[in-house]
Amino acid sequence: MQKLKDFAHGALVPVLLLLLWEAGSRFGLFSAVLLPSPTAVAIKWWAYLLPMQPQEAGQSTLAWMLSGELLHDAYSSLYRVIAGFIIGAGLALPLGLLMGASPRIYDLFNPLMQILRPIPPIAYIPLAILWFGLGNPPSFFLIAIGAFFPVLMNTIAGVRQVDGIFLRAARNLGVNQWTMFTRVILPAATPYILAGVRIGIGTAFIVVIVSEMIAVNDGLGFRILEAREFMWSDKIIAGMITIGLLGLAIDTAVSRLNNHLLRWHRGLEH
Amino acid sequence: MNEILINNVEKVFKTPGGNVVALKDINLTIKEGEFVCLLGPSGCGKSTLLNAVAGFQPPSAGEIVIEGKKILAPGPDRGMVFQEYALFPWMTVGQNIAFGLEIQKKEKAEIDLTVNQLLDLLHLKDFRDRFPKDLSGGMRQRVAIARVLALDSPIMLMDEPFGALDALTRRNLQDELLRIWEKLGKTILFVTHSIEESIYLADRIVVMTYRPGTVKRDQYVDMPRPRDPSSAAFNDLKRELGRLVMEEQQRHANDELKLAAVD
Ligand SMILES: Nc1ncnc2c1ncn2[C@@H]1O[C@H](COP(=O)(O)OP(=O)(O)OP(=O)(O)O)[C@@H](O)[C@H]1O
Ligand SMILES: [Mg+2]
Repeated sequence: MQKLKDFAHGALVPVLLLLLWEAGSRFGLFSAVLLPSPTAVAIKWWAYLLPMQPQEAGQSTLAWMLSGELLHDAYSSLYRVIAGFIIGAGLALPLGLLMGASPRIYDLFNPLMQILRPIPPIAYIPLAILWFGLGNPPSFFLIAIGAFFPVLMNTIAGVRQVDGIFLRAARNLGVNQWTMFTRVILPAATPYILAGVRIGIGTAFIVVIVSEMIAVNDGLGFRILEAREFMWSDKIIAGMITIGLLGLAIDTAVSRLNNHLLRWHRGLEH
Repeated sequence: MNEILINNVEKVFKTPGGNVVALKDINLTIKEGEFVCLLGPSGCGKSTLLNAVAGFQPPSAGEIVIEGKKILAPGPDRGMVFQEYALFPWMTVGQNIAFGLEIQKKEKAEIDLTVNQLLDLLHLKDFRDRFPKDLSGGMRQRVAIARVLALDSPIMLMDEPFGALDALTRRNLQDELLRIWEKLGKTILFVTHSIEESIYLADRIVVMTYRPGTVKRDQYVDMPRPRDPSSAAFNDLKRELGRLVMEEQQRHANDELKLAAVD
Protein backbone atom coordinates (compact mmCIF):
# COMPACT_ATOMS: atom_id res chain seq x y z
CA MET A 1 0.00 0.00 0.00
CA GLN A 2 2.78 2.36 0.99
CA LYS A 3 4.66 1.36 -2.14
CA LEU A 4 1.65 2.16 -4.27
CA LYS A 5 1.40 5.56 -2.60
CA ASP A 6 5.09 6.27 -3.18
CA PHE A 7 4.69 5.28 -6.80
CA ALA A 8 1.68 7.51 -7.26
CA HIS A 9 3.58 10.34 -5.62
CA GLY A 10 6.56 9.91 -7.94
CA ALA A 11 4.38 9.58 -11.03
CA LEU A 12 2.42 12.73 -10.32
CA VAL A 13 4.63 15.28 -12.05
CA PRO A 14 5.43 13.21 -15.18
CA VAL A 15 1.77 12.29 -15.69
CA LEU A 16 0.67 15.88 -15.26
CA LEU A 17 3.25 17.03 -17.77
CA LEU A 18 2.19 14.39 -20.27
CA LEU A 19 -1.46 15.41 -19.90
CA LEU A 20 -0.60 19.08 -20.48
CA TRP A 21 1.50 18.16 -23.48
CA GLU A 22 -1.27 15.94 -24.91
CA ALA A 23 -3.87 18.64 -24.35
CA GLY A 24 -1.63 21.26 -25.92
CA SER A 25 -1.16 19.08 -28.99
CA ARG A 26 -4.89 18.37 -29.31
CA PHE A 27 -5.75 22.04 -29.14
CA GLY A 28 -3.14 22.74 -31.79
CA LEU A 29 -0.84 24.73 -29.51
CA PHE A 30 2.28 23.07 -30.95
CA SER A 31 3.06 22.18 -34.54
CA ALA A 32 2.60 18.43 -34.98
CA VAL A 33 5.77 18.31 -37.06
CA LEU A 34 7.99 19.95 -34.46
CA LEU A 35 6.40 18.53 -31.32
CA PRO A 36 4.09 15.57 -31.90
CA SER A 37 1.67 14.55 -29.16
CA PRO A 38 2.64 11.92 -26.57
CA THR A 39 0.22 9.44 -28.11
CA ALA A 40 1.82 9.94 -31.50
CA VAL A 41 5.23 9.32 -29.95
CA ALA A 42 3.95 6.24 -28.14
CA ILE A 43 2.47 4.85 -31.33
CA LYS A 44 5.71 5.50 -33.18
CA TRP A 45 7.71 3.90 -30.35
CA TRP A 46 5.52 0.80 -30.56
CA ALA A 47 5.95 0.61 -34.34
CA TYR A 48 9.68 1.10 -33.90
CA LEU A 49 9.72 -1.77 -31.41
CA LEU A 50 7.77 -4.25 -33.55
CA PRO A 51 9.37 -6.35 -36.29
CA MET A 52 9.60 -4.54 -39.62
CA GLN A 53 9.24 -7.58 -41.90
CA PRO A 54 6.60 -10.30 -41.71
CA GLN A 55 7.86 -13.53 -40.16
CA GLU A 56 9.87 -15.50 -42.72
CA ALA A 57 9.65 -19.21 -43.27
CA GLY A 58 12.17 -20.98 -41.04
CA GLN A 59 12.61 -18.00 -38.73
CA SER A 60 11.79 -18.74 -35.09
CA THR A 61 9.06 -16.63 -33.55
CA LEU A 62 11.39 -15.30 -30.87
CA ALA A 63 13.98 -14.21 -33.41
CA TRP A 64 11.25 -12.55 -35.41
CA MET A 65 9.84 -10.72 -32.38
CA LEU A 66 13.28 -9.40 -31.59
CA SER A 67 13.99 -8.29 -35.15
CA GLY A 68 12.48 -4.83 -34.75
CA GLU A 69 14.53 -1.77 -35.49
CA LEU A 70 14.45 -0.44 -31.93
CA LEU A 71 15.80 -3.61 -30.39
CA HIS A 72 18.46 -3.86 -33.04
CA ASP A 73 19.52 -0.27 -32.40
CA ALA A 74 19.47 -0.66 -28.65
CA TYR A 75 21.48 -3.83 -28.95
CA SER A 76 24.05 -2.15 -31.23
CA SER A 77 24.45 0.79 -28.87
CA LEU A 78 24.71 -1.44 -25.82
CA TYR A 79 27.26 -3.63 -27.55
CA ARG A 80 29.41 -0.60 -28.34
CA VAL A 81 29.14 0.76 -24.80
CA ILE A 82 30.17 -2.55 -23.30
CA ALA A 83 32.97 -3.30 -25.74
CA GLY A 84 34.38 0.24 -25.53
CA PHE A 85 34.03 0.29 -21.78
CA ILE A 86 35.81 -3.01 -21.35
CA ILE A 87 38.71 -1.76 -23.46
CA GLY A 88 38.95 1.57 -21.61
CA ALA A 89 38.45 0.21 -18.11
CA GLY A 90 40.59 -2.82 -18.86
CA LEU A 91 43.52 -0.50 -19.59
CA ALA A 92 42.73 1.94 -16.80
CA LEU A 93 42.43 -0.60 -14.00
CA PRO A 94 45.94 -2.13 -14.07
CA LEU A 95 47.53 1.24 -14.82
CA GLY A 96 45.59 2.82 -11.96
CA LEU A 97 46.60 0.05 -9.57
CA LEU A 98 50.25 0.51 -10.48
CA MET A 99 50.11 4.31 -10.38
CA GLY A 100 48.33 4.24 -7.05
CA ALA A 101 50.75 1.78 -5.51
CA SER A 102 54.05 3.11 -6.82
CA PRO A 103 55.04 6.78 -6.62
CA ARG A 104 57.69 6.15 -9.27
CA ILE A 105 55.21 4.82 -11.79
CA TYR A 106 52.83 7.59 -10.83
CA ASP A 107 55.45 10.26 -11.56
CA LEU A 108 56.22 8.57 -14.84
CA PHE A 109 52.66 8.58 -16.19
CA ASN A 110 50.96 11.40 -14.36
CA PRO A 111 52.12 14.33 -16.55
CA LEU A 112 50.85 12.61 -19.70
CA MET A 113 47.55 11.73 -18.04
CA GLN A 114 47.05 15.29 -16.82
CA ILE A 115 47.51 16.62 -20.35
CA LEU A 116 45.25 14.07 -21.98
CA ARG A 117 42.52 14.02 -19.35
CA PRO A 118 40.97 17.43 -20.06
CA ILE A 119 40.53 16.64 -23.77
CA PRO A 120 36.88 15.66 -24.16
CA PRO A 121 36.38 12.34 -25.98
CA ILE A 122 34.37 14.23 -28.62
CA ALA A 123 37.53 16.08 -29.61
CA TYR A 124 39.04 12.77 -30.69
CA ILE A 125 36.35 12.27 -33.38
CA PRO A 126 38.42 13.55 -36.33
CA LEU A 127 41.41 11.43 -35.31
CA ALA A 128 39.18 8.45 -34.63
CA ILE A 129 37.83 8.59 -38.16
CA LEU A 130 41.29 9.12 -39.66
CA TRP A 131 42.76 6.24 -37.73
CA PHE A 132 39.92 3.77 -37.71
CA GLY A 133 37.74 4.74 -40.65
CA LEU A 134 34.03 4.02 -40.33
CA GLY A 135 32.11 1.31 -38.49
CA ASN A 136 32.53 0.14 -34.92
CA PRO A 137 36.26 0.71 -34.32
CA PRO A 138 36.14 4.52 -34.03
CA SER A 139 33.17 4.15 -31.66
CA PHE A 140 35.08 1.69 -29.51
CA PHE A 141 38.03 4.04 -29.47
CA LEU A 142 35.99 7.06 -28.40
CA ILE A 143 34.03 5.15 -25.77
CA ALA A 144 37.20 3.62 -24.40
CA ILE A 145 38.66 7.09 -23.97
CA GLY A 146 35.49 8.26 -22.27
CA ALA A 147 35.60 5.36 -19.83
CA PHE A 148 39.35 5.35 -19.31
CA PHE A 149 39.91 8.47 -17.24
CA PRO A 150 37.16 8.15 -14.64
CA VAL A 151 38.20 4.58 -13.93
CA LEU A 152 41.89 5.52 -13.87
CA MET A 153 41.55 8.47 -11.51
CA ASN A 154 39.30 6.59 -9.12
CA THR A 155 41.49 3.52 -9.10
CA ILE A 156 44.52 5.65 -8.22
CA ALA A 157 42.59 7.40 -5.45
CA GLY A 158 41.20 4.05 -4.26
CA VAL A 159 44.62 2.44 -3.97
CA ARG A 160 46.03 5.46 -2.18
CA GLN A 161 43.37 5.48 0.49
CA VAL A 162 43.89 1.81 1.39
CA ASP A 163 44.47 1.77 5.13
CA GLY A 164 48.08 0.87 5.92
CA ILE A 165 46.86 -1.44 8.67
CA PHE A 166 45.52 -3.87 6.04
CA LEU A 167 48.87 -3.91 4.29
CA ARG A 168 50.65 -4.60 7.55
CA ALA A 169 48.20 -7.32 8.52
CA ALA A 170 48.66 -8.95 5.12
CA ARG A 171 52.44 -8.76 5.30
CA ASN A 172 52.28 -10.27 8.74
CA LEU A 173 50.31 -13.19 7.29
CA GLY A 174 53.06 -13.59 4.71
CA VAL A 175 51.52 -12.46 1.41
CA ASN A 176 53.64 -11.92 -1.68
CA GLN A 177 53.38 -8.90 -3.97
CA TRP A 178 50.84 -10.48 -6.31
CA THR A 179 48.50 -11.65 -3.56
CA MET A 180 48.79 -8.25 -1.95
CA PHE A 181 47.43 -6.69 -5.15
CA THR A 182 44.72 -9.19 -5.91
CA ARG A 183 43.43 -10.08 -2.46
CA VAL A 184 44.10 -6.93 -0.46
CA ILE A 185 44.69 -3.73 -2.44
CA LEU A 186 42.15 -4.44 -5.18
CA PRO A 187 39.24 -5.33 -2.87
CA ALA A 188 40.12 -2.52 -0.46
CA ALA A 189 39.99 -0.09 -3.37
CA THR A 190 36.75 -1.49 -4.83
CA PRO A 191 34.40 1.17 -3.43
CA TYR A 192 36.40 3.86 -5.24
CA ILE A 193 36.89 1.79 -8.37
CA LEU A 194 33.18 1.06 -8.65
CA ALA A 195 32.37 4.74 -8.25
CA GLY A 196 34.73 5.30 -11.18
CA VAL A 197 33.05 2.52 -13.14
CA ARG A 198 29.72 4.18 -12.68
CA ILE A 199 30.99 7.54 -13.90
CA GLY A 200 32.86 5.79 -16.72
CA ILE A 201 29.77 3.94 -17.92
CA GLY A 202 27.86 7.22 -17.86
CA THR A 203 30.51 8.88 -20.00
CA ALA A 204 30.62 5.86 -22.31
CA PHE A 205 26.90 6.15 -22.81
CA ILE A 206 27.15 9.81 -23.79
CA VAL A 207 30.00 9.08 -26.14
CA VAL A 208 28.27 6.15 -27.83
CA ILE A 209 25.34 8.33 -28.88
CA VAL A 210 27.66 10.98 -30.30
CA SER A 211 29.89 8.47 -32.01
CA GLU A 212 26.89 6.85 -33.69
CA MET A 213 26.01 10.17 -35.21
CA ILE A 214 29.19 10.14 -37.25
CA ALA A 215 30.58 6.78 -38.23
CA VAL A 216 27.98 4.01 -38.28
CA ASN A 217 24.53 3.31 -39.67
CA ASP A 218 22.70 1.75 -36.80
CA GLY A 219 22.34 2.38 -33.09
CA LEU A 220 20.13 4.83 -31.22
CA GLY A 221 22.34 7.84 -31.89
CA PHE A 222 22.32 7.12 -35.61
CA ARG A 223 18.55 6.55 -35.63
CA ILE A 224 17.57 9.88 -34.14
CA LEU A 225 19.89 11.77 -36.47
CA GLU A 226 18.48 9.84 -39.41
CA ALA A 227 14.94 10.64 -38.27
CA ARG A 228 15.77 14.33 -38.28
CA GLU A 229 16.57 14.20 -41.99
CA PHE A 230 13.01 13.06 -42.62
CA MET A 231 11.60 15.49 -40.07
CA TRP A 232 10.24 12.54 -38.09
CA SER A 233 10.17 14.26 -34.77
CA ASP A 234 7.98 11.51 -33.29
CA LYS A 235 10.73 9.02 -34.04
CA ILE A 236 13.38 11.35 -32.65
CA ILE A 237 11.52 11.56 -29.37
CA ALA A 238 10.81 7.81 -29.38
CA GLY A 239 14.54 7.25 -29.87
CA MET A 240 15.40 9.65 -27.09
CA ILE A 241 13.06 7.87 -24.73
CA THR A 242 14.71 4.59 -25.66
CA ILE A 243 18.11 6.14 -24.91
CA GLY A 244 16.77 7.18 -21.52
CA LEU A 245 15.43 3.70 -20.81
CA LEU A 246 18.64 2.03 -21.89
CA GLY A 247 20.67 4.42 -19.74
CA LEU A 248 18.44 3.67 -16.80
CA ALA A 249 18.80 -0.06 -17.40
CA ILE A 250 22.59 0.20 -17.53
CA ASP A 251 22.77 2.30 -14.41
CA THR A 252 20.45 -0.07 -12.55
CA ALA A 253 22.59 -3.01 -13.58
CA VAL A 254 25.78 -1.27 -12.43
CA SER A 255 24.14 -0.28 -9.20
CA ARG A 256 23.05 -3.88 -8.57
CA LEU A 257 26.57 -5.06 -9.29
CA ASN A 258 27.81 -2.39 -6.92
CA ASN A 259 25.56 -3.57 -4.11
CA HIS A 260 26.60 -7.13 -4.64
CA LEU A 261 30.34 -6.48 -4.75
CA LEU A 262 30.18 -4.10 -1.81
CA ARG A 263 27.90 -6.19 0.38
CA TRP A 264 30.72 -6.23 2.92
CA HIS A 265 30.92 -2.46 3.01
CA ARG A 266 29.85 -0.57 6.09
CA GLY A 267 28.29 2.37 4.29
CA LEU A 268 25.82 0.18 2.42
CA GLU A 269 22.60 -0.76 4.14
CA HIS A 270 19.99 -2.50 2.07
CA MET B 1 64.01 -22.80 20.40
CA ASN B 2 61.66 -19.88 19.78
CA GLU B 3 63.38 -17.53 22.11
CA ILE B 4 63.19 -13.87 21.31
CA LEU B 5 66.52 -12.12 21.89
CA ILE B 6 66.30 -8.36 22.05
CA ASN B 7 69.84 -7.01 22.09
CA ASN B 8 70.66 -3.37 22.79
CA VAL B 9 67.70 -2.23 20.76
CA GLU B 10 67.35 1.45 20.12
CA LYS B 11 64.78 3.22 17.98
CA VAL B 12 65.01 6.86 17.01
CA PHE B 13 62.26 8.58 15.04
CA LYS B 14 63.35 11.58 13.04
CA THR B 15 60.62 14.18 13.16
CA PRO B 16 60.51 17.81 12.04
CA GLY B 17 60.54 18.78 15.71
CA GLY B 18 63.78 16.87 16.33
CA ASN B 19 64.65 13.27 17.09
CA VAL B 20 62.43 11.19 19.31
CA VAL B 21 64.24 8.41 21.13
CA ALA B 22 61.40 5.91 21.46
CA LEU B 23 63.51 2.96 22.62
CA LYS B 24 66.93 2.85 24.25
CA ASP B 25 69.12 0.05 25.62
CA ILE B 26 66.43 -2.59 25.54
CA ASN B 27 67.81 -6.00 26.47
CA LEU B 28 65.37 -8.83 26.95
CA THR B 29 65.44 -12.57 26.50
CA ILE B 30 61.98 -14.01 26.17
CA LYS B 31 61.93 -17.74 26.63
CA GLU B 32 59.92 -20.18 24.57
CA GLY B 33 56.41 -20.55 25.91
CA GLU B 34 56.69 -17.49 28.11
CA PHE B 35 53.79 -15.08 28.46
CA VAL B 36 55.31 -11.60 28.71
CA CYS B 37 53.42 -8.35 29.15
CA LEU B 38 54.86 -4.98 28.16
CA LEU B 39 53.44 -2.41 30.52
CA GLY B 40 53.79 1.34 30.49
CA PRO B 41 52.03 4.64 29.97
CA SER B 42 50.94 5.87 26.58
CA GLY B 43 53.84 6.86 24.34
CA CYS B 44 56.53 4.89 26.16
CA GLY B 45 57.35 2.79 23.10
CA LYS B 46 55.42 -0.44 23.66
CA SER B 47 54.06 -0.54 20.12
CA THR B 48 57.42 0.50 18.74
CA LEU B 49 59.06 -2.50 20.39
CA LEU B 50 56.31 -4.84 19.25
CA ASN B 51 56.53 -3.52 15.70
CA ALA B 52 60.26 -4.08 15.75
CA VAL B 53 59.79 -7.71 16.82
CA ALA B 54 57.07 -8.11 14.19
CA GLY B 55 59.52 -6.73 11.61
CA PHE B 56 57.49 -3.72 10.49
CA GLN B 57 59.96 -1.14 11.76
CA PRO B 58 63.51 -2.39 12.23
CA PRO B 59 65.40 -0.86 15.17
CA SER B 60 67.83 2.00 14.53
CA ALA B 61 70.51 0.15 16.47
CA GLY B 62 70.82 -3.26 18.08
CA GLU B 63 69.09 -6.37 16.84
CA ILE B 64 66.27 -8.77 17.44
CA VAL B 65 67.10 -12.42 16.93
CA ILE B 66 64.71 -15.34 16.75
CA GLU B 67 65.96 -18.87 16.10
CA GLY B 68 69.39 -17.51 15.29
CA LYS B 69 68.01 -15.21 12.59
CA LYS B 70 68.01 -11.45 12.76
CA ILE B 71 64.52 -10.03 12.19
CA LEU B 72 64.37 -7.80 9.13
CA ALA B 73 60.86 -8.29 7.77
CA PRO B 74 57.42 -9.37 8.94
CA GLY B 75 56.48 -13.00 8.63
CA PRO B 76 53.88 -15.57 9.59
CA ASP B 77 56.15 -17.04 12.26
CA ARG B 78 55.24 -14.01 14.37
CA GLY B 79 51.48 -13.60 14.13
CA MET B 80 50.33 -10.19 15.22
CA VAL B 81 46.99 -9.18 16.69
CA PHE B 82 46.54 -5.50 16.04
CA GLN B 83 44.92 -3.06 18.38
CA GLU B 84 42.65 -1.95 15.51
CA TYR B 85 41.64 -5.58 14.78
CA ALA B 86 42.72 -5.08 11.13
CA LEU B 87 40.29 -7.69 9.83
CA PHE B 88 39.78 -7.56 6.09
CA PRO B 89 36.26 -6.16 5.78
CA TRP B 90 35.72 -7.67 2.32
CA MET B 91 36.27 -11.19 3.63
CA THR B 92 33.82 -13.13 5.75
CA VAL B 93 34.87 -14.36 9.19
CA GLY B 94 35.75 -17.75 7.70
CA GLN B 95 37.72 -16.21 4.85
CA ASN B 96 39.64 -13.95 7.21
CA ILE B 97 40.71 -16.93 9.28
CA ALA B 98 41.53 -19.02 6.21
CA PHE B 99 43.53 -16.33 4.42
CA GLY B 100 46.86 -17.01 6.09
CA LEU B 101 46.54 -20.71 5.30
CA GLU B 102 45.61 -20.07 1.67
CA ILE B 103 48.77 -18.03 1.33
CA GLN B 104 50.70 -21.04 2.58
CA LYS B 105 48.98 -23.07 -0.15
CA LYS B 106 47.51 -25.56 2.29
CA GLU B 107 44.99 -28.16 1.08
CA LYS B 108 41.40 -26.98 0.99
CA ALA B 109 40.23 -29.78 3.29
CA GLU B 110 42.94 -28.99 5.81
CA ILE B 111 42.07 -25.30 5.76
CA ASP B 112 38.39 -26.09 6.33
CA LEU B 113 39.25 -28.31 9.25
CA THR B 114 41.47 -25.70 10.91
CA VAL B 115 38.95 -22.92 10.36
CA ASN B 116 36.16 -24.99 11.87
CA GLN B 117 38.24 -25.88 14.89
CA LEU B 118 39.11 -22.24 15.48
CA LEU B 119 35.49 -21.14 15.04
CA ASP B 120 34.62 -23.68 17.70
CA LEU B 121 37.43 -22.67 20.00
CA LEU B 122 36.50 -19.00 19.90
CA HIS B 123 32.73 -19.48 19.88
CA LEU B 124 32.30 -18.04 16.42
CA LYS B 125 30.52 -20.99 14.78
CA ASP B 126 27.41 -19.09 13.81
CA PHE B 127 29.35 -16.22 12.28
CA ARG B 128 31.45 -17.99 9.73
CA ASP B 129 29.75 -16.37 6.75
CA ARG B 130 29.25 -12.94 8.24
CA PHE B 131 31.29 -9.90 7.29
CA PRO B 132 33.22 -8.04 10.00
CA LYS B 133 30.86 -5.06 9.78
CA ASP B 134 28.14 -7.24 11.31
CA LEU B 135 30.20 -8.20 14.36
CA SER B 136 30.58 -6.60 17.75
CA GLY B 137 33.98 -5.40 18.96
CA GLY B 138 34.52 -8.49 21.08
CA MET B 139 33.70 -10.82 18.19
CA ARG B 140 36.02 -8.95 15.85
CA GLN B 141 38.77 -9.29 18.37
CA ARG B 142 38.16 -13.03 18.59
CA VAL B 143 38.31 -13.30 14.79
CA ALA B 144 41.60 -11.42 14.82
CA ILE B 145 42.94 -13.87 17.38
CA ALA B 146 41.62 -16.83 15.38
CA ARG B 147 43.29 -15.48 12.25
CA VAL B 148 46.64 -15.47 14.00
CA LEU B 149 46.05 -18.84 15.67
CA ALA B 150 45.35 -20.30 12.21
CA LEU B 151 48.91 -19.46 11.25
CA ASP B 152 49.98 -21.62 14.15
CA SER B 153 52.94 -19.33 14.59
CA PRO B 154 55.10 -20.18 17.58
CA ILE B 155 55.16 -16.52 18.60
CA MET B 156 52.12 -14.30 19.06
CA LEU B 157 52.44 -10.55 19.29
CA MET B 158 49.43 -8.74 20.69
CA ASP B 159 49.12 -4.97 20.81
CA GLU B 160 46.54 -3.95 23.40
CA PRO B 161 44.16 -6.48 21.90
CA PHE B 162 41.51 -6.07 24.57
CA GLY B 163 41.86 -2.32 24.98
CA ALA B 164 38.52 -1.36 23.48
CA LEU B 165 36.36 -3.96 25.20
CA ASP B 166 33.98 -3.82 28.13
CA ALA B 167 35.15 -5.43 31.38
CA LEU B 168 33.14 -8.63 31.04
CA THR B 169 34.08 -9.40 27.43
CA ARG B 170 37.60 -8.55 28.30
CA ARG B 171 37.76 -11.06 31.14
CA ASN B 172 36.21 -13.73 28.91
CA LEU B 173 38.78 -13.17 26.21
CA GLN B 174 41.62 -13.10 28.71
CA ASP B 175 40.51 -16.50 30.01
CA GLU B 176 40.19 -17.84 26.48
CA LEU B 177 43.64 -16.57 25.64
CA LEU B 178 45.14 -18.23 28.71
CA ARG B 179 43.38 -21.46 27.84
CA ILE B 180 44.76 -21.37 24.29
CA TRP B 181 48.21 -20.44 25.48
CA GLU B 182 48.30 -23.29 27.99
CA LYS B 183 47.01 -25.72 25.40
CA LEU B 184 49.21 -24.69 22.47
CA GLY B 185 52.32 -23.52 24.29
CA LYS B 186 52.91 -20.31 22.38
CA THR B 187 55.34 -17.57 23.24
CA ILE B 188 53.27 -14.44 23.76
CA LEU B 189 54.40 -10.84 23.85
CA PHE B 190 51.42 -8.83 24.98
CA VAL B 191 51.21 -5.05 25.16
CA THR B 192 48.88 -3.43 27.65
CA HIS B 193 48.61 -0.33 29.76
CA SER B 194 46.31 -2.08 32.23
CA ILE B 195 48.24 -3.16 35.33
CA GLU B 196 45.51 -5.54 36.37
CA GLU B 197 45.45 -7.19 32.96
CA SER B 198 49.20 -7.72 33.01
CA ILE B 199 49.11 -9.35 36.46
CA TYR B 200 46.15 -11.50 35.50
CA LEU B 201 47.87 -12.83 32.40
CA ALA B 202 51.63 -12.73 32.49
CA ASP B 203 54.48 -14.94 33.63
CA ARG B 204 56.55 -11.84 33.51
CA ILE B 205 55.84 -8.14 33.31
CA VAL B 206 58.24 -5.69 31.71
CA VAL B 207 57.53 -2.17 32.90
CA MET B 208 58.85 0.50 30.56
CA THR B 209 59.96 4.07 31.17
CA TYR B 210 58.69 7.02 29.21
CA ARG B 211 61.06 8.69 26.70
CA PRO B 212 63.42 7.20 26.18
CA GLY B 213 61.67 3.85 26.47
CA THR B 214 63.86 1.60 28.61
CA VAL B 215 63.16 -1.32 30.89
CA LYS B 216 62.28 0.03 34.31
CA ARG B 217 61.39 -3.25 35.99
CA ASP B 218 61.48 -6.86 34.88
CA GLN B 219 58.96 -8.49 37.19
CA TYR B 220 58.18 -12.22 37.38
CA VAL B 221 54.71 -13.19 38.56
CA ASP B 222 54.67 -16.39 40.57
CA MET B 223 50.98 -16.72 41.32
CA PRO B 224 49.14 -19.87 40.23
CA ARG B 225 46.43 -19.49 37.63
CA PRO B 226 43.57 -18.73 37.56
CA ARG B 227 44.59 -15.67 39.50
CA ASP B 228 42.24 -13.98 41.85
CA PRO B 229 42.29 -10.20 41.38
CA SER B 230 40.95 -9.75 44.91
CA SER B 231 43.75 -11.72 46.57
CA ALA B 232 46.34 -9.99 48.73
CA ALA B 233 49.32 -11.03 46.61
CA PHE B 234 47.60 -9.75 43.49
CA ASN B 235 46.89 -6.40 45.08
CA ASP B 236 50.36 -6.00 46.58
CA LEU B 237 51.86 -6.44 43.15
CA LYS B 238 49.24 -4.18 41.65
CA ARG B 239 50.14 -1.42 44.12
CA GLU B 240 53.86 -1.85 43.48
CA LEU B 241 53.49 -1.77 39.70
CA GLY B 242 51.01 1.06 39.97
CA ARG B 243 53.64 3.13 41.72
CA LEU B 244 56.18 2.45 38.99
CA VAL B 245 53.78 3.22 36.17
CA MET B 246 52.58 6.33 37.96
CA GLU B 247 56.12 7.74 38.08
CA GLU B 248 56.40 7.35 34.34
CA GLN B 249 52.91 8.67 33.81
CA GLN B 250 53.97 11.74 35.76
CA ARG B 251 57.00 12.27 33.50
CA HIS B 252 54.70 11.89 30.54
CA ALA B 253 52.32 14.49 31.94
CA ASN B 254 55.21 16.89 32.68
CA ASP B 255 56.39 16.44 29.12
CA GLU B 256 52.99 17.28 27.77
CA LEU B 257 52.90 20.39 29.92
CA LYS B 258 56.28 21.45 28.61
CA LEU B 259 55.12 20.85 25.07
CA ALA B 260 52.00 22.85 25.73
CA ALA B 261 54.13 25.69 27.10
CA VAL B 262 56.26 25.67 23.93
CA ASP B 263 53.14 25.87 21.79
N1 LIG C 1 56.39 6.94 13.09
C1 LIG C 1 56.73 7.73 14.14
N2 LIG C 1 57.32 8.92 13.93
C2 LIG C 1 57.66 9.71 14.95
N3 LIG C 1 57.48 9.40 16.24
C3 LIG C 1 56.90 8.24 16.52
C4 LIG C 1 56.49 7.34 15.49
N4 LIG C 1 55.93 6.25 16.07
C5 LIG C 1 56.01 6.46 17.39
N5 LIG C 1 56.59 7.64 17.68
C6 LIG C 1 56.86 8.17 19.01
O1 LIG C 1 57.53 7.19 19.74
C7 LIG C 1 57.01 7.10 21.05
C8 LIG C 1 56.56 5.71 21.34
O2 LIG C 1 55.40 5.42 20.58
P1 LIG C 1 54.59 4.08 20.71
O3 LIG C 1 53.51 4.11 19.69
O4 LIG C 1 55.53 2.93 20.66
O5 LIG C 1 53.97 4.23 22.16
P2 LIG C 1 53.04 3.22 22.96
O6 LIG C 1 53.76 2.87 24.20
O7 LIG C 1 52.61 2.11 22.08
O8 LIG C 1 51.81 4.15 23.32
P3 LIG C 1 50.23 3.80 23.37
O9 LIG C 1 50.00 3.11 24.68
O10 LIG C 1 49.59 5.13 23.34
O11 LIG C 1 49.92 2.95 22.20
C9 LIG C 1 55.90 8.10 21.17
O12 LIG C 1 56.39 9.20 21.87
C10 LIG C 1 55.57 8.47 19.75
O13 LIG C 1 55.24 9.83 19.67
MG1 LIG D 1 50.70 1.52 21.16
